[in-house]
Amino acid sequence: MDFDLTDDQREIKGVARELLSARSPMARVRAAAEAEQYDPALWAEIVALGWPGIAVAATHGGQGLGAIELAMLLEELGYACAATPFMSTALAAAAIQAAGSEAQRERWLPGLASGELTAGLGRPELVADGEGAAVVVLLDGDQAQLIAEPEAERVVTIDATRRFARVTGDAEPLGPGATGRVLAGLAAEVVGVCQRALEMTLAYVKDRKQFGVPVGSFQAVAHRCAQMLLHTESARSTAYYAAWAAAADPERLGEASALAAAAAADGGREVAASAIQAHGGIGFTWEADVHWLYKRAQLDAALLGGGGGHRAALARAAAARVALPAR
Amino acid sequence: MDLTFNERELAFRDELRNWFEAHHPGPEPERDEDAHYAWRRDFQRELADGGWAAVHWPVEYGGRGATLTQSAIFFEELGRSGAPLPANVLGLLLAGPTIMTWGTPEQKERYLNPILTAEEIWCQGFSEPDAGSDLAALKTRARREGDEWVVSGQKVWTSGAQYSKWCMLVARTDAEVPKHKGLTYFLMDMEQEGVQVRPLRQITGEPEFNELFIDGARIPDENVLGGIGNGWKVALTTLMNERSGLGFFLQVRLRQLLDRVVDEAAGRGLLEDPVVADKLGELHLKAEVLRLTAYRGLTAIEKYGTPGPEGSLTKWMWSEANQQLTQFAADLIGPSALHAGSRWSYELLRARGNSIEGGTTEVLKNIVSERVLGLPKAR
Repeated sequence: MDFDLTDDQREIKGVARELLSARSPMARVRAAAEAEQYDPALWAEIVALGWPGIAVAATHGGQGLGAIELAMLLEELGYACAATPFMSTALAAAAIQAAGSEAQRERWLPGLASGELTAGLGRPELVADGEGAAVVVLLDGDQAQLIAEPEAERVVTIDATRRFARVTGDAEPLGPGATGRVLAGLAAEVVGVCQRALEMTLAYVKDRKQFGVPVGSFQAVAHRCAQMLLHTESARSTAYYAAWAAAADPERLGEASALAAAAAADGGREVAASAIQAHGGIGFTWEADVHWLYKRAQLDAALLGGGGGHRAALARAAAARVALPAR
Repeated sequence: MDLTFNERELAFRDELRNWFEAHHPGPEPERDEDAHYAWRRDFQRELADGGWAAVHWPVEYGGRGATLTQSAIFFEELGRSGAPLPANVLGLLLAGPTIMTWGTPEQKERYLNPILTAEEIWCQGFSEPDAGSDLAALKTRARREGDEWVVSGQKVWTSGAQYSKWCMLVARTDAEVPKHKGLTYFLMDMEQEGVQVRPLRQITGEPEFNELFIDGARIPDENVLGGIGNGWKVALTTLMNERSGLGFFLQVRLRQLLDRVVDEAAGRGLLEDPVVADKLGELHLKAEVLRLTAYRGLTAIEKYGTPGPEGSLTKWMWSEANQQLTQFAADLIGPSALHAGSRWSYELLRARGNSIEGGTTEVLKNIVSERVLGLPKAR
């Protein structure tokens, strides 16, 4: 039993944190969101580093790493709230790598891994980066589908750090495991969103003084922060479990990804909402950056399909284990 | 990252499972406290005969030198087998490790083996009526008289005191210094005139805990543990031990209780009911979050020697989940769950203690805020 990152995985996460804190500080996220455009320089750098193909096999032009390494990048891109098509492209590529046919892999993976192509990812009514996508991976119930060269119609959501569309086209099925991988990846992004919201809040409540003392010294505020940590670590435990299952034990991926999705869908929104509340009046202004995280958490929850469906799946899993002899 | 047990851990688990199959403690006796205690004591003796009573203790003291993961496996399997916690759980988890850390060679020689065999049961004399969360405010006094200490005061929430030979007692030996500094940790013989045990009836109607009235109890100097005036540090050793292995037992018990709720829902044809399914799914999530987070905490301690942020969260997660679970069970089952003496009414009421015992949730949140999040000391 070793529930921790390897040194290499830690290194990947650390490099991503460092790069993004330099290239994608909140001021850049804000500028991109207000211009309703992605940050082309940042995307070029991400492509140059080979990140979109991190979980794509070397034979298809990727780095040949796994779901855990991908999750670490997604967590850090979520932490930065970066305005790029990384999540949809890298996660669609990982899903096609794991659950696509050989023909689908050969057709899409080299372009996605090299960043020549981008992908869309989401649900029929809500596809992240659907516009301009060469290919879209759609979740619908337990089934994942692939749409090549989709028709896309822009949808403007409250999350201006990301582009969304409604997508139509001829769907081809993807094999089992695609859905679980996508959910695991989205949940990893939410872990990063939670971590950032918590850290921004801690910095604020240590600094902001009322009644002559930092507001973080009031128990009502401090206990809210403790609750934020509990949600963040709950999301992290399940998201890492799901990433590990995707990499090492696909039989557990269905349940593990439902756990991660349920924890992230609700936990992400709770933590980001708490960040706004703990910032007080300033937290409700456009100037304070916590709202980008709140909006990202809302849209990520929608991409995850909300917590309810996953809890229903978990109830079936709980019933199934009662029906079985003890493991 | 590897969330499977390695070969050594699997071998340990299989050996343990085989042992539990051959040594089942039998059904839990009805709520007669003495019979229940005897059941737990007898089973600890069997565990000790098999070398399983304290797997986490070093081999030289009769343990197996188990890793933290193996110790977690032990408690998971203990819970899964339906066996009770050993009668001397406070001795095994708290007194023993504290004596190993702070005891003289003579003290280790004298006390450790009878803890293992349940020959001598231990209780914990920390909390007082006016010193609960604020433990260092305790008032029980020990005054030196020749080569003895004479103790007077009152302790509360001492579980198992009526069966105990020894008490881990923290008392004030110097009232002139700041409150944390004037404390001393004693090993007090319970079998003496100056110690009276009175059962404390809790909201379930049962006396699981006691009050201890100490009036002129005598403790020889050789029963000071860790030096005079060093009691706060020694007590912290005891408190730090409290939350490790036990968490895995409780986590498995939570899962077993959830399995029973699933059974109750299935029996009523309610598994597909959206409200019921949503709640069961949420409870399943909480049980799994607890298990996974507890394992993350173990890895952090094994690899880095200190618990990560997750270590402070699991007790809080468990108490909240258990309270939510038992309330949902009562809702699902309906009025019969509230009949006096029913299993579910007991579980419902007992769960209220979960967020108080071993550190209230409010104190845990303070600890998380200050030590994990680095917030200023709370007001």
